[in-house]
Amino acid sequence: MASASTTTARRGSGVGESAGRPDGVPKVRGEFAFSSDLWMDEMLWGKTLRSPHASARIVSIDARPALALPGVHAVMTAADVTGRATYGVEVPDQPVFASDVVRFHGEPVAAVAADHPEVARAAARLVEVVYEPVEPVVDPELAVTAAPLHPSGNLFRHVRIRRGDPSATGDVVVEGSYEVGMQDQAFMGPESGLAVPAEDGGVDLYVATQWLHVDRDQIAASLGMPPERVRLYLAGVGGAFGGREDVSLQIHLCLLALRTGRPVKMVYSRDESFFGHVHRHPARMWYRHHANRAGDLVKVEARIVLDGGAYLSSSNAVVSNAAAFAAGPYRVPSAAIDGYAVRTNNPPCGAMRGFGAVQVCFGHEAQMDKLAAALGMDPVDLRLRNALEQFDTLVTGQVLTGATPVRECIRAAMAHPLPPDPTPRDPMMSRPGGAGLTADDGDVRRGTGLAVSFKNIGYSEGFDDYATARVRLEAGVAGEPLATVLVATAEVGQGFVTLAQQIAREELGVADVVLAPAATSDVGSAGSSSASRQTWMSGGAVQLACAGVRRQLLDRSAVRWGCALEALRWEDGAVTRLGSVDRLTLAELLDAGAVEAEHEYHHRPTKALDADGQGDAHLSFMYAAHRAVVDVDPGLGLVRVVQVTTGQDVGRALNPVQVTGQIEGGIAQGVGLAVMEEIVVDGGQVRNPSFTDYLIPTTLDMPDVAATLIEVPEPDAPYGAKGVGEPPAISSGPAVLAAIRDATGLDLRRAPVRPEDIALGVRPA
Amino acid sequence: MGVVLPTTLDEAVDALAATPDAQLLAGGTDFCVEVNFGLRRPAAVVALRRVRELRHVDVTPGEVVIGAGTTYADLCAGRLRDVLPALSAAARTVGSPQIRNAGTIGGNVATASPAGDTLPLLVALDARVTLCGHEGEREVPIGELLTGVKRTAIAPGEVLVHVAVERPHGPQQFLKVGTRNAMVIAVASAAVVLDLDARRVRVALGSVGPVPVRPRLAEDEISEAIDWVHLRASDAAVARFGELAAQTSSPITDHRSTAEYRRHAVQVIASRGLRRCLADVA
Repeated sequence: MASASTTTARRGSGVGESAGRPDGVPKVRGEFAFSSDLWMDEMLWGKTLRSPHASARIVSIDARPALALPGVHAVMTAADVTGRATYGVEVPDQPVFASDVVRFHGEPVAAVAADHPEVARAAARLVEVVYEPVEPVVDPELAVTAAPLHPSGNLFRHVRIRRGDPSATGDVVVEGSYEVGMQDQAFMGPESGLAVPAEDGGVDLYVATQWLHVDRDQIAASLGMPPERVRLYLAGVGGAFGGREDVSLQIHLCLLALRTGRPVKMVYSRDESFFGHVHRHPARMWYRHHANRAGDLVKVEARIVLDGGAYLSSSNAVVSNAAAFAAGPYRVPSAAIDGYAVRTNNPPCGAMRGFGAVQVCFGHEAQMDKLAAALGMDPVDLRLRNALEQFDTLVTGQVLTGATPVRECIRAAMAHPLPPDPTPRDPMMSRPGGAGLTADDGDVRRGTGLAVSFKNIGYSEGFDDYATARVRLEAGVAGEPLATVLVATAEVGQGFVTLAQQIAREELGVADVVLAPAATSDVGSAGSSSASRQTWMSGGAVQLACAGVRRQLLDRSAVRWGCALEALRWEDGAVTRLGSVDRLTLAELLDAGAVEAEHEYHHRPTKALDADGQGDAHLSFMYAAHRAVVDVDPGLGLVRVVQVTTGQDVGRALNPVQVTGQIEGGIAQGVGLAVMEEIVVDGGQVRNPSFTDYLIPTTLDMPDVAATLIEVPEPDAPYGAKGVGEPPAISSGPAVLAAIRDATGLDLRRAPVRPEDIALGVRPA
Repeated sequence: MGVVLPTTLDEAVDALAATPDAQLLAGGTDFCVEVNFGLRRPAAVVALRRVRELRHVDVTPGEVVIGAGTTYADLCAGRLRDVLPALSAAARTVGSPQIRNAGTIGGNVATASPAGDTLPLLVALDARVTLCGHEGEREVPIGELLTGVKRTAIAPGEVLVHVAVERPHGPQQFLKVGTRNAMVIAVASAAVVLDLDARRVRVALGSVGPVPVRPRLAEDEISEAIDWVHLRASDAAVARFGELAAQTSSPITDHRSTAEYRRHAVQVIASRGLRRCLADVA
């Protein structure tokens, strides 16, 4: 049977080097086993039946016609859930299967297991569900006062931030309203997994996810089983970007496997994947910025409404971020910010790369440009003037104690050479419209824009976040020291498999490092592969465990030499003794058997926000600036993003090639949100659940990228390294918007920009 | 679901006659998507890929005949790039290289999507489509073949054999508007042909009506307005051409775009296409 592969490192690449990914070549060659490749003899195929309505009462469900179909082994509905009927990554408010009402288009109602995927699909259609449609509540502004859509009500959370002087006003005041559409993570590998009933009555689940242990706990609760009888193994993950933080098919698969006594596999189709995971929250934002004539920010007022959709998911944390980062990485003495996350009958929204910081960046950066124009200032200078510095205070009252190189990021983004001007000789395909050959030379206008952003690393507001690692050092087959790193860290493409090996090589001075498959049964939680946190958290845990191994070898040396620990030194993978030529190599030390150490890494505690939204809620912050250069065809409203340059605060680049990969990928996602990516929802109905109509950038849409890594070590962080995954996806999109405004003179307030917004847009008088 | 794999046109026609409910497969770039979405589940499929006689391009001084099995990749390559450059350009806008290697002109015509990328040029050139059934062959003008959204005059049991167009002397252009720079369904498209011998502008617009729109009034006016000796038209005449073209269109609002934008876009691309044609010969 297929499962996550064991990987062995290339020799001799420690921290700071661009070590190659152990899974790189297999992925490029098509040999890597993704979760959709899982296979077991005698396995059944699962299929989910979903609601066609955004809001309806379920009058009745009759599974008998489906069960009567030959080859069908089980049909399960809410009545068959043996444990807790609901689940949720923060609070369990979402039904495993809808029972009395459905609250969004695509909500699961039943699941089928059959001996062939086609039979499962046919059977799902035979389940007779009688719905009584109800007018859906789809406007987040109206949802707050609408009748409750759920026993927990329609307001998920209001985050209120008040700082400084509420009556402060500026000499110059600019106001604006902005909107961001619903973006999808659009990972390439659809949700998939294989559940296998175990002899102890429990279940083994092989699945692509972002956090094995939190999935396990939710599954166990809904199965009514102790967590240790639910064992999760990470299967090959084809991208995540936040979309795998919530449970999708996990509980359904385990229920079907336990009911049938057979392994059950499920793979979502592409369209089902659009219904099977949460999306980025659409946002409506209102801003008012005050500044004095010199260009210093005086006050920022903001009201942000996030449409959380039908269930909570991680809305509470997303809206907290949206409020905390609403003013951008600037010194703001007074602030009045209100963030709301509300429940509607739209698709549930939750985690996606950037997590609340993305939406507000479109707002605060448009405002900074507007303010610069009102002041007659250069927008770059305005940002440099107001940029946060170390020991400044955020609108949440938190003092910045870490590296805060905002100005360095801005200067680095601006320092890259601009691309050559467009010429009549350029290939037509390189113009806006691309392969459609719509633009001639004279139809194109160029624009440039800058945007700056910041975001927290890791979990916030008092959550005791930790990661666990176990490291074993032993003599290999030929006597050479061999390290095995065991973490439950989900490798979702970010490259922790590479980093774990680099850290072990660095800490232990060994060449051979094996990374064991990630599983819940073998090691404690690693926390989520999200919030740009794993380099810090799981990296810190691996570092600690390696130190534990070193300590045991020093103890062993002390016993052997009969000396005090203080007299011993760890040098280049050997132990030496002060004032002597005595030296024990690792091979000699490991003769006496393997050593193993397991450690949890906890970061410095954070605090809850008080009633005014004040508190040291965050561990650390990452900063980035992006400059975008675009060509626009104003006649047709088509855009080609020519270049994006960036300066990104990374603390320290532990693997520069992987950092660059994150930057290029994140910029692709930011460009996508700026000009094309949107789930179109109309009356609660998703209109474009396919890659035919949910557009993501192609090679012809991807700009050239030039990046400068700003390396100012972060005091608290292992190796001084900050996370790097999210910042590229935050201010890149707002920079593109700014560049399109610059090219067209239009007051564009919405992302993504649609061709009609430009071509039919009204130019300000 | 049974799949029949004929290797000759006769076998294909026989297979279709034997299983009247069968779906013809000629690339599958639309059909297979519908199957994957669970929208179609035909009882049988007759796959045409192995029917070699359907995959050919014959260029004679007066005419071009393109076999139904000719792929988009074939249309992008070879002589057709010079002979029917707007058809090559249209084929190049379809999907990815993999899609262009699979999809065929016959499939594009028979599917009759309002957004079919090869259709505007074929309509502008008054292509003739040859169909073959058990009773023999018949030829249908493409304007009569395309009857509505994904509806054609192809009778049950008929296989699309080839499309034929006259070779106009003069430049031609194809422009397609989409929200992405490649691999995108047309929001609006236009094929513009300058027929220098007939002193006639021919234009057809895609994605702005159930079938490609032929704005005859726009054609008439601009053909009168062009100075055919110097191959010039006034800016006003070109703008008027675009406006008339847009007025003839009947676009809808859907999840891809709005009717208002589509009407605006065809005006822009019809004018640009014409201007480009005039610049090409000037």
